[in-house]
Amino acid sequence: MWRYVIKRLFTTIVVILVAAILIFTIMNVVPGDPAAALLGSDATYEEILAKRELMGLSGPFLVRLARYLYNFFIKWDFGNSWFYETPIMNEVFTRIPRTIVISFSHLVMSVCVGLPVGILAAMKRGKWQDRGVLSLAMLFQSIPGFWLAMEMIVLFSVNLGWLPASGIGSWKNYVMPILAGVLGGWCGTARQARQSMLEVMRDDYITTARAKGVAENKVITHHMLPNALMPVITSIGGQVGTLVAGSLFMERTFSIPGVGIYMLNGINNRDYPVVEAVTIFMAGINALAMLLTDLAYGFVDPRIKAQYISSTNKGRRPKKNHVEE
Amino acid sequence: MLKSDKQQTEVQVKRKKQSQIVMIFKRILRDRGATFGMIIVLIFVFIAIFTPLLAPYDPYELDATAMLEGPSLKHWMGTDELGRDVLSRMIYGSRYSLSLGVLGSSLGLVVGIILGSMAGYLGGIVETIIMRICDIMMSIPGTLMTIIVSAVLGTGFMVTVVALSIGGTFGRCRMLRGQILREKGREYLEAARAYNCGTVRIMFSHLLPNVISPLLVGFTMGIGGTITAAAGLSYIGLGIQPPTPEWGAMLTAGRDYLRKAPTLILFPGVVICIFCWCVNLFGDGLRDTMDPKLKN
Repeated sequence: MWRYVIKRLFTTIVVILVAAILIFTIMNVVPGDPAAALLGSDATYEEILAKRELMGLSGPFLVRLARYLYNFFIKWDFGNSWFYETPIMNEVFTRIPRTIVISFSHLVMSVCVGLPVGILAAMKRGKWQDRGVLSLAMLFQSIPGFWLAMEMIVLFSVNLGWLPASGIGSWKNYVMPILAGVLGGWCGTARQARQSMLEVMRDDYITTARAKGVAENKVITHHMLPNALMPVITSIGGQVGTLVAGSLFMERTFSIPGVGIYMLNGINNRDYPVVEAVTIFMAGINALAMLLTDLAYGFVDPRIKAQYISSTNKGRRPKKNHVEE
Repeated sequence: MLKSDKQQTEVQVKRKKQSQIVMIFKRILRDRGATFGMIIVLIFVFIAIFTPLLAPYDPYELDATAMLEGPSLKHWMGTDELGRDVLSRMIYGSRYSLSLGVLGSSLGLVVGIILGSMAGYLGGIVETIIMRICDIMMSIPGTLMTIIVSAVLGTGFMVTVVALSIGGTFGRCRMLRGQILREKGREYLEAARAYNCGTVRIMFSHLLPNVISPLLVGFTMGIGGTITAAAGLSYIGLGIQPPTPEWGAMLTAGRDYLRKAPTLILFPGVVICIFCWCVNLFGDGLRDTMDPKLKN
């Protein structure tokens, strides 16, 4: 099993590294000179050259890339923001909890709503519950989250005055961003859960379980769910990256100073180190989520377990022993 | 038993003679939701085509005497912060939003299909290279990738199409490759190879029709998602910019007038929802008709 864990860990590191190289490359092919843009139109050529040197823009691309990766991953130094001239590290670490609170409560609540609803729909296949869940999911899936958020501001802040429209003063500020996300977020999980339950339901072992007289409740909880949940877990893991990146929209709507807004400002100010650092962070969170999903899978799914256990056994002892056991 | 089997094959043979598209269309008409979705989508397409005939005002015409007005008989959806007629802007915006949705999804689909079929069918070094490119591009989550590409490329129409397509392209490529790998050993491909059919021809006219249905369904469902994503891009200041009457850009402009004129964001938002909902209804119906696994 450890071989599986180590292999996946290695893949995760490679993915984060590749994301770093990719974003650095993309930001380097952007047309225009950020140094000239920062200094304004009245800067002399020498000033721009000096600024370029200061910003680490001089030298061949590969050297700069290597220096960037070395600073980022070995020295944990994300550099300074070009625009604010403050260390990016501090800024990211003060901002990221807000983003994570929004995106992860969004994720958890979506799963808490979507999973039971999806299972219910599958159990009541074709009945009104099923059709109701499907149509609601379809409808809510079509609503842009940030528009819903703005309408919520109109309703709860402007008209009713219950919740603050912006800022991060108290827990009340987080109610609307999370709620607006969850209303559209449960749909995917619900549809996926319904789908995989329906697929599992047709399998022979369910018929076997029913035939040998297992109670219907137990068939659902012990026979269907463990198998049906696998694809659902994968899809939930796959959502994390999108959610973390997508919290940007909620942050903008509710003026919450999270990493998403930080990156957006970075884009608007041509502050490339900020964009790069935040992107690598988000890609890292995404890769970690995938890693956790795969590890969970590895521990639950006997097929993956068997694959690695048998291969290690083969390496350690001759097949004869295996047979004697 | 034998007789009924024979009858069934006869029916099947008869059905085969019908064009597949006609068959799918007939099946969709049986599904109420999908039919409803299809009709609404067609109405939207109609509006987008005959925009100048339908819009009551010029979408760019300013009117300082009628700013931020609510809905009235003169302006059905009210006016915006510069006195422009919102209804006219919505009607003109359907052109931008619909074409962004369709083009963004199509570009992703076409590139995904080409790369995916090459990787799946050719195999070897081509496959390795394409799949590694996919791995690299997918190391950054799709939404984020769209935002970054849009930020890097700037704010034109075609550029936004590229940015919108890039999030989905590589996932599609992977999916298609998987499908093709499953299909690769089939006899009909061997037959095609045996009568000396060219590789490109095998790939696109023999193999592709048999593996494409999940991609097509994803395409239909993707249009709604792409329109929402385009609106999102405008919302964060990328993509299509004001004063272009794109639905998302209109939402963004209305954001500053939540207190004074809440209807300004109401109409674009509701229209985006209705359109995406109908596209999804249609796509869902399409999936049910095309995916034999989900039947019964």
